[in-house]
Order: sequence, then C-alpha cells, then structure tokens
Amino acid sequence: MLSIFTDLADWMAFSLFGLLPESKLGQSIHFFIEDTTKIFFLLIVMIYCIALLRASLNIEKVRDYLAKKHKAIGYTMGAFFGAITPFCSCSSIPVFLGFTSAGIPVGITMAFLLTSPLINEVAVLLLISLVGWQITLTYILVGLAIGIIGGLILDLIHAERLLQPFARKAYENASTVSVSTMDDQSLSFSERHEFAKQELLDILQRVWIWVFIGVGLGAALHGFVPDAWFEANLGHGEWWSVPVAVLAGVPLYSNATGVIPVMESLITKGLPIGTTLAFCMSTVAASFPEFILLKQVMTWKLLSIIFFLLLVSFTVMGWMLNLFYAV
Amino acid sequence: MKQVKVLGSGCAKCVKTAEVIQSVANECGVSIEVTKEKNPEVIMSYGVMSTPAVIIDEQLVHSGSIPSQKLVQSWLQG
Repeated sequence: MLSIFTDLADWMAFSLFGLLPESKLGQSIHFFIEDTTKIFFLLIVMIYCIALLRASLNIEKVRDYLAKKHKAIGYTMGAFFGAITPFCSCSSIPVFLGFTSAGIPVGITMAFLLTSPLINEVAVLLLISLVGWQITLTYILVGLAIGIIGGLILDLIHAERLLQPFARKAYENASTVSVSTMDDQSLSFSERHEFAKQELLDILQRVWIWVFIGVGLGAALHGFVPDAWFEANLGHGEWWSVPVAVLAGVPLYSNATGVIPVMESLITKGLPIGTTLAFCMSTVAASFPEFILLKQVMTWKLLSIIFFLLLVSFTVMGWMLNLFYAV
Repeated sequence: MKQVKVLGSGCAKCVKTAEVIQSVANECGVSIEVTKEKNPEVIMSYGVMSTPAVIIDEQLVHSGSIPSQKLVQSWLQG
C-alpha cells in the first residue's frame, strides 16, 4: 500500500523535475519526497485513529492507578504508561509534582517521564514504516528497559532525598486520598471525534517542522554520504563509537519524529544498529533544555545523576545491541 | 470582579489561554483580573497536572488545553 509514495516520488523527482536516478541530488530529492508524503499521510490517519481510542485515558487516571500499585509492578507500568499517555513536555513539572504528591515513588515517576519522550505512537508508527518491525520492537524494548532500570536505580539511591524541599515535603505528606479529578463520564462518539481532531491538530502543529528537518537531514545523508563511508569507518561496532554517538546526541535536540528519518538513513548506510539507537535516543531524551526544566523540582545533584544514568544506559544498550546483531 | 488565574509553565499555550479569557471578558463587558501563575508549588497546590489550567475565584474550572471561546463565556457569565 505504501509503495504509492515511492511511485509518487519516482514521478516527481525523475519525471517532473527531470533528475537522474543515479545522481546524488536525484537520490536525495527522491528520499525527501517519499518520506515526507508517507510520514504526513500516516501521521494524519493514525494520530486521529489512536486518539479516538484513547480519548478517555488521562494523566489523572494514570496517577490514581500507579499510586495503588506495588513498587515492582510500578516501574514497568510507569514506563508503559509513559509510552502511551499523551502529554506535552511543558506539563512535565506539574505531572512530576502530581505524581509525587500522590505518594508515587520518584523512581516510578521518572520511569514514566524518561519513557515518555522516547516512545509514543508517532515514533512507533514512523519506525514501522521506515525501518521495519524488528528494529521497531528493539527500539520499544530498549526504551522501556531504560525507563524501568533508571527508575529502579533512582529508588535504590533514595532519590526523593534530593528533591527540592517543597517537593520532598509533598512526597512525605502524601495522602492516599485521590485529589479532585474533574470529569469522569464515558465519552460519546462526537466527544471522542472532537478530542481526536484537537489532538491531531495539536500534534501536527508541534511536529511538522521536525518532519521536514529530520527528513531533510536523512535525505542529505542518503544522497551525499557515500555508502562505504560508515561501513569503512564505523561499521564494525568499534567500542568507542557508541559513547561518541551518545555524546554527539547531547547537544543536538530533536524529538522522536525528527530523528527517526535520520535513523533510517544511518541504518541503510551501514551504521550498526546499537550505535544508531544510542545516538538517536540520546538526541531525544538527554536534551539540555528539557532537563533544565526539571531543576524546578530537583537539586543539581539529582539532575546530574539522572543525566549521567541516561548516558551510561544508552551506551550500555548500544554495546549490547551491537554485540547481539553482530553475531 | 472575578479573579482569574491561568496556571502553567509559561509555554505558548498558557499565554494564549490568558489572551482568550481576556478578550472574551472584554467582548462580554465582564470585569476580570487575569494573572498567570508559573510557580510549580502553587500549581501543585491546586492538584493540577495538565497545563494550562484555569482557576476562577479559587475554583478549578479547566485543565489540559486552551479553552474554547464558548466555554470561557459560560464561566464568565455563569
């Protein structure tokens, strides 16, 4: 079904613009047209459908659910809900405080917040259509694992001691009584449609620019970096290439939508999967601007611990995947 | 005069929410005072997790999105 976008790109790049299929520019433009049209088509259809389904899932329900769970299940569920619950990154502070003041351990809250930017329906959708289900599954499992393990470690070191005083007090005084939730009736179809429409517009407004930037970079890599370059220089999973990829991702800031087309290009150019994932996840989850936001509720010490933890776990995951896929 | 508070981290949506409320109030001739609250501690004290949220006379009336004009009208005239 998706080959229609390849045909469209063939026609536009090679007939309409008269570019040669063998030329660098022709290949780049072809990649750009195929990926942008495919991505926007998928985004529009799928965001709407998924939003219809999850119209009744909100952050308050997730909090009430997690507050009742045993710790061990809590990390897994925290990471899982992080992946499926929609919320804008500008809400991460209120969400953090809402969870904390409901007595949810910092580790579970962080499992939720770490997984959230890494895995969401848009990312999964793009991965499946661009790099296939195997890499998609790997990506999801790695994302969940990082949330769960990160959460566990934070509780082991008693991260709640390192919160800002007011947040720590809120955690210690947490009541099991749930805070006022506003409306909680089942939704009619027209309410669901309204929600889905709003959600679609919201997400498109937020990600369209990233799609163009991401696909643009991917297209440039695809057309202009020689196939043999990555293979020759980084293709054997040299151990140092993974930490270098992670560090390279830190100053770069993108969301999952922007980075996945780049990922497609890197993988088809022969960069090992572990190195590629390490780079992409670091770009998405370990970005300074969003991290600085968390300073409002955490001390510098905790913030540095989490940052360091992320860098180490991306590196270890990268190494493991490179080993696994090399066999 | 109604006291309106818009809770949020100061992102674009919160600014827009405050603007919508002020413009509806002007249209309907209702006198209100809109303040923006960015302090996370205060936001927490209202039990709000999705921003922007709207508080009118210390009552939480809305959270999680930019409210529609119609909705704002119903709060101000109610």
